[in-house]
Formats: sequence, structure tokens, C-alpha cells
Amino acid sequence: MAKPTTTEKSKKTATEPEFPLTTMAVVAPIVGWLIPGGGHILLRRYGRGLLLMISVVAMFVIGLGMQGRIYKPNGGDILDILGFVGDVGSGALYILARIMDWGNVMAANASADYGKTFLIVAGLLNFIAAADAHHIALGKKP
Amino acid sequence: MTISLSHFSAAVVFGLFASIVFGITQRNSTRDQVRYGLYCFALFVGGVFVAGWVMALIRR
Repeated sequence: MAKPTTTEKSKKTATEPEFPLTTMAVVAPIVGWLIPGGGHILLRRYGRGLLLMISVVAMFVIGLGMQGRIYKPNGGDILDILGFVGDVGSGALYILARIMDWGNVMAANASADYGKTFLIVAGLLNFIAAADAHHIALGKKP
Repeated sequence: MTISLSHFSAAVVFGLFASIVFGITQRNSTRDQVRYGLYCFALFVGGVFVAGWVMALIRR
């Protein structure tokens, strides 16, 4: 069999992505979104996964403890929509909070306003963690 | 369960957890992650002090 020429090799490398999409690269961020830190734990980065889990869960719990509000799906004010997007980033925590009807309060003081921010940022940080799990699964990051 | 945090303690707790996530996700090696996490935490806490002094000076 004839060896591939240099042009054939370069064509092949041009068509193949540097970091091919694997099943784990799809599953890890989904697990990471549902269970904060779960994507990293699935990829055997136990220390990082545990720290991410502690950080996101702690922020979420503190947010609820400060009487923060959980946003529901809505089509009204843009800030309410963005609040929902941030909250939903917490994955299973958000679903649990909605089922248990936690955070169904209106911010009446500064502490509750901080709590709302904690809840939104917990979700946004979890989105970053899920994206990181995706990069690790792809091989872009050790 | 009700948690009551002052503005400062809430900002420090916020900075602590956000710094941990930033450190882990934005750097590759463990050493760099720790350094970047500490750097972010210092910026968060330093920002609180700077903002506090700016507001105090504006109020005068």
C-alpha cells in the first residue's frame, strides 16, 4: 500500500479537529451542571470537584439562608430573565429549591438582596465549572 | 434557617467562594490555581476596602 503523501497528511490534519468531541466531553458538563463539581469528579479530579461542590453549594445555601429570592421562568423584565438564567445554573439545587418552594420571598431588606445575588452567582460559577469540565474532557486542560 | 451577615462579611464569603472557583477553572497547574485564587481573593477584599473608603469620602 502506498504511503500517504505530505499533502494527503496535511489534508487529513486540516479536517480532523485538534480536540475531537467525545461522549465524556458532552456528559461531563451536563453532570457538572446538575451536580456542582460532579463533572470534575466524573473525570477523576476529585479534589477540584469537591472544592467546586463545596463552593457552589455553600453559596446557594447561604443565599437561601439570607432569604434570597429564587427566580421562576419568566418573560417579563430583562433583569428577571437574567436572574432566572443565573439561578438555573445551580442545576439540581435549583430544581430542589423549586420543588420545596424555597426562596419564594420578595427582597424586603439588604440581606435578602445579598442572598439573591449569592443564589445567582452560585449558578453562574457552576456554569463556569461545567465549561471547565468540558475542557478537561476534551483534553484542552490537564 | 436564617443567616444574617454584615455587608463586609457577606462580601468576604462571596469573595472566598468565587476565588476558589476562579482559581480552579482559570489556571492549569495546582500551584497556579492556588496563586490565582489568592490573587482574586485579595482583589475582592481589597476592592471592598477601596469601595468602602470611596463611599466614606463621598459621604463627608
